[in-house]
Parts: sequence; structure tokens; C-alpha cells
Amino acid sequence: MSDHTTNTMNLTLHVWRQKGPNATGKLETYEAKHISPDMSFLEMVDEVNETLIKKGADPIAFDHDCREGICGMCSQVVNGVPHGGQDRTTVCQLHMRSFKDGDNIFIEPWRARAFPVIKDLVVDRSALDTIIQAGGYTSCHTGGIPDGNALLIPKPEADYAMDAAECIGCGACVAGCPNGSAMLFTSAKVAQLAALPQGRAEAAVRVNAMTEALKDCGFGNCTNHYECQASCPKGVDVKFIAKLNREYLKALAN
Amino acid sequence: MILDGKCPTGPIETTWDKHRFDLKLVNPANKRKYKIIMVGTGLAGGAAAASLGELGYNVEAFCYQDSPRRAHSIAAQGGINAAKNYPNDGDSIYRLFYDTIKGGDFRAREADVWRLAQVSNNIIDQCVAQGVPFARDYAGYLDNRSFGGAQVSRTFFARGQTGQQLLLGAYSALSRQIKAGTVKMFNRTEMLDLIVIDGVAKGITVRDMVTGEIRAHMGDAVCLATGGYVNVFYLSTNAMGCSVTANWKAHKKGAYFANPCYTQIHPTCIPQTGDHQSKLTLMSESLRNDGRCWVPKKKEDCGKHPSEVAEDDRDYYLERKYPSFGNLAPRDIASRAAKEQCDDGRGVGPGGRGVYLDFAGSINRLGEHTIKERYGNLFEMYEKITDENGYKRPMRMYPAPHYAMGGLWVDYNLMSNVPGLFVLGEANFSVHGANRLGASALMQGLADGYFVIPYTIGGYLAGIKPGDYSLDHAEVKKSIEDVKATNNKMFALKGKKTVSEIYRALGKVMWENVGMARSDESLKNALKEIPKLREEFWTNVNISGEGGEMNQQLENAGRVADFLEFAELLSKDALTREESCGGHFRVEHQMPDGEAMRNDADFCHVAAWEFKGVGNEPELHKEPLKFDNVHLAVRSYK
Amino acid sequence: MQILKSVVGRKVFMAITGQCMVLFAVVHLVGNSSIFVGPDGINAYAKHLHDLGPLVWVFRAGLFALVSTHIFFGVQLTLENSAANPAGYAVKRQLKATFASSTMIWTGITLIAFIVFHLLHFTARTLPGVVKGVDALGRYDVFTMVVTAFKNGGISCVYLVAMAALFLHLSHGIQSFFQTMGWNTDKTQCSISMIGKAVAFILLAGYAVIPISILASALIK
Repeated sequence: MSDHTTNTMNLTLHVWRQKGPNATGKLETYEAKHISPDMSFLEMVDEVNETLIKKGADPIAFDHDCREGICGMCSQVVNGVPHGGQDRTTVCQLHMRSFKDGDNIFIEPWRARAFPVIKDLVVDRSALDTIIQAGGYTSCHTGGIPDGNALLIPKPEADYAMDAAECIGCGACVAGCPNGSAMLFTSAKVAQLAALPQGRAEAAVRVNAMTEALKDCGFGNCTNHYECQASCPKGVDVKFIAKLNREYLKALAN
Repeated sequence: MILDGKCPTGPIETTWDKHRFDLKLVNPANKRKYKIIMVGTGLAGGAAAASLGELGYNVEAFCYQDSPRRAHSIAAQGGINAAKNYPNDGDSIYRLFYDTIKGGDFRAREADVWRLAQVSNNIIDQCVAQGVPFARDYAGYLDNRSFGGAQVSRTFFARGQTGQQLLLGAYSALSRQIKAGTVKMFNRTEMLDLIVIDGVAKGITVRDMVTGEIRAHMGDAVCLATGGYVNVFYLSTNAMGCSVTANWKAHKKGAYFANPCYTQIHPTCIPQTGDHQSKLTLMSESLRNDGRCWVPKKKEDCGKHPSEVAEDDRDYYLERKYPSFGNLAPRDIASRAAKEQCDDGRGVGPGGRGVYLDFAGSINRLGEHTIKERYGNLFEMYEKITDENGYKRPMRMYPAPHYAMGGLWVDYNLMSNVPGLFVLGEANFSVHGANRLGASALMQGLADGYFVIPYTIGGYLAGIKPGDYSLDHAEVKKSIEDVKATNNKMFALKGKKTVSEIYRALGKVMWENVGMARSDESLKNALKEIPKLREEFWTNVNISGEGGEMNQQLENAGRVADFLEFAELLSKDALTREESCGGHFRVEHQMPDGEAMRNDADFCHVAAWEFKGVGNEPELHKEPLKFDNVHLAVRSYK
Repeated sequence: MQILKSVVGRKVFMAITGQCMVLFAVVHLVGNSSIFVGPDGINAYAKHLHDLGPLVWVFRAGLFALVSTHIFFGVQLTLENSAANPAGYAVKRQLKATFASSTMIWTGITLIAFIVFHLLHFTARTLPGVVKGVDALGRYDVFTMVVTAFKNGGISCVYLVAMAALFLHLSHGIQSFFQTMGWNTDKTQCSISMIGKAVAFILLAGYAVIPISILASALIK
């Protein structure tokens, strides 16, 4: 338990800098000085950026938005682990107290063929949208819907669907996967909708369309390393990948 | 000028049904000929784009994030209200309508609020059909809870992530339309100007945040669903990218800004740790059900470990000041009381900006297990951020700006005073009056998106010729040139201050003077300081890099530049409104017990401001508010 | 055929063919263990197999099809996977992936090389130094062939290395089969993984004990 000591730390950052999508990038070294342990990781990068701007240099570009771990925008591989490796924590919620004075910190963008770098630590994750567009929905119309209680969904099923729906679409599963596969992401949506009666009608079409899209987007295949689950800031379980596989086989049988 | 909200007349129960029938329809075959521009794809914008696309309109949607799934609607924790009356506890459309009018301190339009309450039930059905995993009981029925002091259980929820699940529902519907080709999505694209041709909104000018390209998109109607503006305080619970920019640009092109002074401060947020902090994290208000707020009685005790402060030396200020409501006093009262203690020098934690929320009593009474069951995830979140264990040591809390009730003025059809410009969700001013009830923001966003705009926009489009616009129009070229010129001007400054430094200074001025407790003096002080900061920005800011690439400094600079203009309007509105109501509290206007004192004789109206140039006095237009169904009374929580 | 292109379909082929080969490995180990009965055990077992006549060839063809399918998809998926993750990180820390799961292609290649060697060695008996005799009953003298071979430390080593590769391959492969077939849940995951590793270890121990015991007894003598 901290008593808000004024002890600050000095760190050495090794940050991936890349001017644009087609430029070659490299790791650059920066000093982060007088960093408070109460800062979040992104606030620490903010501080470094302020010093860069004052020197007239280009600050480090990185994605972030809500800074409370729910929007899924932030995306940095810290010391070789997406989001820094603290259990169930996005990089915006990672705090500097988990580092020590004098630490070297490597910061790299998500890496996968399906996630091309736009600039520095910013990557293009629109492939994840493409997968959802392929079938990650129920084809209901706006309006003309029966009462919400017309479908009874027992608590265990509702909870199972909610567990899958926790996914924030950040792409850490892809960044952590040695195969650059988005199978955990895809399976979370397939499993959520397949577990609910509203989603059953299209379950077969959905699993085929979404796995097809996953391949077309240039993601790799799942080889069951389970690195995705370990990287996921929301703890989405690989049991949903098993569920996706089950749904695929069911679709095949029909 | 007296504004007309064009509300339907007659018995309130029939207004929306009657109005829907009166609206003109667009022939199904003609729908695809109309193009609609949708800016913002959160709950309101995402739901609207999906619904309009499905109807057959040709929609172009824009968001500044890398995906429509990330809009800040995602961060809402508590839930969404609906008048389903599933628990059989006496709820009804009328009661939800009544509670919303009263909660808004009688500063909202009756007809708009009625419509919201009426469609609230359809929203739940819609979301269930989309596969939103709402909490259910073991028999499979939808679960409800009571939220934000409501006397009925009308709140539907999906764990602590209701906003996320509802947004993902809207996003899935939107994704389906993108796939079907009815909606064309532009991610990482920020609106930087509204294009108005002959007084009618016909398009927007945007910046592609990846390539830096500035270009125009034209359409038959423009919808703004661009959220709220409380980031004008720098530190708030909003996402970093939330800004007033889209609304402000529309305002500068003629749209009236209504009630900007109505901002909501949330009482239980994790306090700031230092100047480096970029954002504040909200903790659910439900914590106050079992926690007691206190600060040390003596200033010298503030630095001590809380366990070393003797019981007699603790000031349970809410229980002392509001004996009947105690720790459950309404949001605005609890927030102001916390700030008063800290201003008195008795705040705790870094910078003295915090009060204790102590669970020791409840843990003794109910056991740690019960508290963990109720609030486990919140205690976890608190520990993640502060590294303190809330079970062992009282949590520290401080109020933070959270939601904007004010927004662009719209009529009953959600159309602003600029024909063709529609405003949805938090971006408009319509239903929350001076104060928003818990779990009502999600309801409004989805109501506007799924069940209001699809009807009302048709009424407008049916009266105009489709495709009546051109990219070659002089106004379009001028708009693009203006945006480019503003950007170039910012790059050319090459000053000494960073954008964040000026933004932080603006936040301080706003929080100190225009935050929770506003006075004639503080507001005048703000109106003196803001132009100075604006001046400093436009002479001494430094932005590196270029415009023709991804440049996050430029993005921030543009947003801060708009806040620097908007802040003045907000302060001006607060100064003009000589009363206290809801989220707007003027220290000159309070009851002896500190309750807000409304002035219905002079201020029972919507204040809609017309832009007259930066630094110039804006013109005030009033829309009188009439209460035919709910008796205009003093809001009492005694 | 959509299934032959699908990200899941091809894995199902991998899983089923792999699992059939695990079954073969189990049966093969049980048969081989007859060597501990002495010359009569394994020579009789070998004769039974040969007496099946054309069925042997049907069986061999089946095995060949399994192995080829497994190799074909294995190589194809691996190539796709490395193409999907071309850049790699300057620093990478693995959280859950194991040495076994990361080296499937290499243990797989080792195994296929070994299978070729093993077929040339004990089935075709074309490698130099293989004893191709018959026993007193006129049966192939498998016992002498095997014992003579394994007395050679180098050959025993080749077999032991291959069995280590088999262990690694299966310790990931068996639990992977259950996951790919969709039979895993969060509750079964841990035990299935343990069972998979246990089966892999039993195969390792069972196969390794043959050359080790022969080599050991030779060394002791």
C-alpha cells in the first residue's frame, strides 16, 4: 500500500518509431525522467511527448481514448507482452508502480500482417471490423420486435454470453499470438451469439462467414498456444474457441 | 427571438403517435436517392446510421476513433432505464416521464420527455433481439435494479458494462448495414466544419486523420451525434478524444447552442494524483449505499493515516448537513459538499483533493464478504488505480465533470434551427433539462437513434429534392480553404507552449470558476481569463510535424482551440442564468439549507445562443417551457 | 470443397489424422512390447502381421494417407501462420505458449525423417548392418534384428531423439485435438492437457525403454 511517496523514477524507453505505413521503422531510445509511480503508463508516455514537443521533435503517436480500460483503443506491446502483462489490465490502466527506477522498457506496436502500422505505435485494426461485418450480428430489423421477456434465457446461458461479450476488440489476442490469428476475437462473438436463442437461427451461416473473413483478412490460423487468453485484458477464455470449432462442425453436419 | 420547439399539442399520451402520423413519408423507392451524413457513431449515431441504412437511405457515417465500436457510450456502467414495470412495483410510462421532468429540475420539454419514456420499452426489446446479454434471473426473465435513488426498479443492466453491450449491439447492427452497402463508414475521420448552402445544412468538411487529407462530404441532411463537451474542464470522466468541435463548428455556422451551463458533476470519482493526470475515473454511485463520507475535523489530521484519526475527530459532513438523506444526498449536493470540505483545507490525499468514503462500518455490520459481493469489481478497479485496498482503508473520492445536459438546440423533430441539421444524443439539449437521472443517457441515445430520427428525418426529406447539392459550390471550396487556413495558422505559430499546457490552464480556470459552485464573481473572473488563454494559444502554441500525415498534436490543438471559444459561452450562459437548477448552481441562489433555488418566474426557458463572432457578445434566444402535465414545483429530496 | 480451405476445417483434418496416428502409436507400442517376451514373442507377432497378406498393404496405404494429409495441412498452415506474423518483436515474452507448442513443425519434421529412417531400417531392412535372418521356426528373426541394432549406441540415440520429438509433439497435439474438435470447456481444459501430456509420456517411456534396456544390458555384459 503506497502512502503517496514523492519518490520518482527514471526510465529508459525503447520505442518503435515509424514515420508512415511504408517507411522503415526502428527502435529509438528516450529517457523518461521524474516519473511518479502513481502515473498510468500512457501518462508517462504523455510526459515524454511533452519533452519531445518542447524540443521541436515529433511526439510518439499512439492510440488511446477512454483511458479506463473499456474502449479498446490503446494498443502497445510493453516488454514483449501486449498491454504489459498485468493480469486483466489494458495498457491505459497499467501503472508505473509496477516498474522500478532504472528500468529499460521496450514499447512496440501490435504486430501482425493484418494490422499494418500507420505511424509509430498506431496500427490499422479495421480487419477486426471486417470480421464482424461478415456476420457478427443478428439480422434483426429496427422495430417490430417481440417483448424482451418473450425469450427466456436462463442465467447460466446469459452469463456465458456475457463472458464472451466482455471482449473490447483491442486486438491484443492477435498481437500476442505467434500466428497473428484473430481466433479468440472471432470466437468470442460467435460464442456469444450462438449461446443465445436470438442468435441460433444464423449460427451456421455466421461461423462460416466469420472464419472465412478471418482468413481473407490475412490473419493466421489457431494452433492452440492459448497466448491470446493470457494476453487478453478482459480474460476472454479459449473455451470460446472450442465453442467456435463446435459450431463449425455443427454447421458442417447440417 | 422566441424559439418554437414545434411540439405537437393535445393530450400528452397521444402526442408522439399523432405526430408520427402527421409526418410526411418518403416513398420507399426514393429513399436511396437521399444521402444522409451521420457524424459520430456511438449509441445515438450508430443506432441512427444502422436504422436509416436499413430503411434504404444512403448513409455516410464518420467517427474519429479507429472503429465505431469505441465511442465513449461504451464507458457507461450502471444501466438503462425503461418503463417496462416487470417487477410490478408501480412503474409506468407516465412515472418515468414524471421522474425525468422532475429530476431535470423542470428545464426540459414535456413532449420530448414523454416520447423518450414511451419508446424506452422498445429499446429493451430491440437490444435483446440484437443479442445484448442483459442480466437475467434463473428462470430466464430480465433482471432489474433500482438505480440513482429511483423508487422503482426500472434499470436494465449487463454486469457493470451496460454501455459497452448496448454500443456493441448498435455497432453490430451498423456492421450489418456496412456489409449490405447502405452505410459507408469513415473511421479516423474528424468533422472540422459544417457546410451550409443558402441557409440549409448540406455537408461537412472533414480531415482524414491518417493521411491528413481535408475534403468535403455532401448530403441531403447532416446529423450530429457527437456527444458532450465536459472535457472543457480538461479533467473529466470523458474519453480523451471527446470534444465540442463538431457542435461548435455547427454553432459557428448558425446552429444555436442551448443551455451550455447545464453540466453534471459526478460525486464519486477517483481523485487526481498530480498535474500529470490526463483523466478521471468514475466509480459507480452505488458505493454510497454502504460507504460513509468523512473528512478530518482538524486540518492537521489531513496528512495522517485515516486509522489514526479518532472517531470524534471525523466530520461525517453529509450526515451532519443533510440528516435525513445523509450519504445518499443527490449527486449535485454530494459533489458540492465534498468540494466545500476540500476548499476548507480539510481534504485528504494528494493536493488535498479528496474525501474519504469509509466502508468500515458496513464491513463490521455485514461482513467483508457481502461488501465484496456487492462492489467487488469496483474495489478491484480502485486498487488497480490507487494501489490502496478499500476494504482496509477508506477510499478517497472527489467529484468530476461527467455529462453535458446542454447541447445544440433542436425542435421536437431533433432538427436544429439550421434546416437539414439534426442533432442526436448527448450532443443535443433536449430531454434531461438541468440534470440527468442515472441510467437515462443510454436510453436517450438509443431512443433518438432507433426510434425518433428514422421518422422525423423522413418528414424533412420528403419536402426537399434529393441530390440538390454539389461539391463544386463556392461554399464547399470556401469551407475546405478555411479549414486548411486554420491548420496552417496553427503550424505557423511555432511558439513556446504545448497544447496540453494551455488546455490544462483552461481546465483549471473552468473548474475553479465554472465548476460546481458558480458565483457572479467567479464567472466574471472566468470570462476575463478565458480570452487571455485564447490569445496565448493563438500566439504562443507550438505544434510540430505536418498537416499531411497522422498528427495527434494537430487534432488536439483543433479541439482545444474550440474549447477556448466555447468555454466563454458556457460561462456566459452560467452568468446569465440567475438561478440554481440541477447541475447549474449559483451560490447567490440557494435555500438556507444549501438546496438549489430556482427562479421560475424569470428562467423557466431554454437559453439558446446565437454565434456572433469570436469574442463578440452572442445573442440570446429563449424558448419558454410550459408544464401542462407535471406541476412545476420545488425539487425536494428531504 | 470449402472445408479444405477453412481455417477450422483444415485443423479438424489435422486433429483427426493426428489422433489416428496416436492410436497407431499406442497399438504399435503394445505390439513392440512383445519383445520383452523374447524371440518367440515379437517374432510371432511379426508373423501374424505378415500373414494378414493384402490387408497389410491396405493398412499401410491408410497410414500413408493419414501421414500425408497431416503433413500437407501442417506445412500449409505453418507457412500461412508465419506469413501472418512476419515482423516479430524486438523483445517478446511468451506467457502461455510452450516449447512444445512453438516447435510443432520442427518436431513434426524430425518425426517424418525418423519414420523414413525407421521404415528403411526395420521394415525394408535396406540400411547397412541390418541382420536379416530367420529364426528356428522359419519366421523373420525380428528379435535378433532389433537387439543387434540397438546394441549400437548411435542407432539407439537416433531412436531416443525421435521419441523425445514424439513426446513434445504429442504433449501439445493430444490436448489440441480436443480443443479443435470443440470438446474443451474451461473446466476440462486443465485435465485434458494433463491427460495429453501423460499419454505422451507413457508413449515416450514405453518406446524408450526398448533401446535403453537393450543398450544397458549390452553395456553391462
